Amino acid sequence: MRRCLNIAWKDLRAEFRTKQMLNSMLLFSFLIVAIFGFAFGPYPERIERLAPGVLWVAFTFAGMLGLSRSFASEKEQGCLDGLKLCPVDRSAIYIGKAISNLILMFIMEGVTIPVFIVLFDYSIPNLGEIGFVVLLGTAGFVFVGTLLSALTVNTRTREILLPVILFPVLVPVIVSAVSATTKVLSGVLNILDELRILGTYDAIFFIVALLIFEYTIEE
Amino acid sequence: MISINGLSKVFGNNVALREINLKMKKSEFMALFGPNGAGKTTLIKIMSTLIAPTSGAVVIDGYDIREEAIEIRKRIGVISHETYLYEDLSAQENLQFYGRMYEVDDIEERVSDVMSEVGLSPRADDLVRTFSRGMKQRLSIARAILHDPPILLLDEPYTGLDPHAVATFDRILEKSDISNKTVVMTTHMIGRGIEMSDRVAILRSGEIVYDVPRGQIRDEKHFKSIYESCIGEEL
Repeated sequence: MRRCLNIAWKDLRAEFRTKQMLNSMLLFSFLIVAIFGFAFGPYPERIERLAPGVLWVAFTFAGMLGLSRSFASEKEQGCLDGLKLCPVDRSAIYIGKAISNLILMFIMEGVTIPVFIVLFDYSIPNLGEIGFVVLLGTAGFVFVGTLLSALTVNTRTREILLPVILFPVLVPVIVSAVSATTKVLSGVLNILDELRILGTYDAIFFIVALLIFEYTIEE
Repeated sequence: MISINGLSKVFGNNVALREINLKMKKSEFMALFGPNGAGKTTLIKIMSTLIAPTSGAVVIDGYDIREEAIEIRKRIGVISHETYLYEDLSAQENLQFYGRMYEVDDIEERVSDVMSEVGLSPRADDLVRTFSRGMKQRLSIARAILHDPPILLLDEPYTGLDPHAVATFDRILEKSDISNKTVVMTTHMIGRGIEMSDRVAILRSGEIVYDVPRGQIRDEKHFKSIYESCIGEEL
């Protein structure tokens, strides 16, 4: 685990120095929320039906920018082989990358939600429950996205290919996360079914990724 | 120390290596020559566990490359034309990162030692992106020897270096106790390769077509004529 954290530390240290990915993610999520804000006006009716869509579109599309660079930057700097030469199980590379991607996603989401609150003049109820749904949804997004980012890193059209293959796989996460967010914002706190789907999805894809990651980064 | 038996590697329809057999003793330095596409890099990548062989066996320091890759990675240092260095980290941060990955004891002291060995201590806190190609390659040596591996695999390490940087690179390699290490170096620089090695081999179209002790080579000119007759092309 120490070496997984070491990989995450290295990624975050380089990222906080340049802020290339983080700035792009933040700007993109801000633009999405702002465009929806202009489209629906400051006091849209039934905002609790609108908010989940706006938020999850912002999270997933902005998150895609970060995921697509996760392994591409290693490849471009010629460091992927350096990582693969380290005497660790290849799954440690996956876990390290997933941790750094998760942290970047949480930072982006932590900025996007307040921006949404300000632009839509809306006070989000049940923040604890919303936070839990966002946590599970983001984990699913990152677990699958990190794996597919590694899978597409050796292709020439990786930036295009990643969203094309990622979004269909993400359907259960997005549907459950949006449904749970809608319920919580409407004051319905019985979201056990959605949480079950999210938790199961996260667990399955995390385990599958650990098992097959070695083969996905083979040349 | 290194034992390769019947090693073959096929990429689609392209046979990169054919039935390679090679044995190397401890502390032996082998220079491996061959034209582009001969399979030199593929051989180094297989020995360094980066790619899997199609068939055949590779045993390094008693460990099988398929079953015990992690043990092999602990015992090798790889220097290639790619430096494996992160441009947005400082020289010191790069070495600290790799030191932690290799679980090097007393990392701070070891990093400081290898930095001074490659003459980069004054630039320890500078970002790698501000380094020249020669400086990056020196730092790459520091990265490769950080965990004091008994085996060094050098894949065209002189690529992109000017003559001054080449001389500096050689000087640092000699200083890094290279005589006690088993080394395989692929290179196009015939003079350098012969000078440093105690065994020379030529790879052509995935096959080792020449493999003799360095003592059998009179001089660079002699080896060039052997190379040309093996490859069938003038240098």
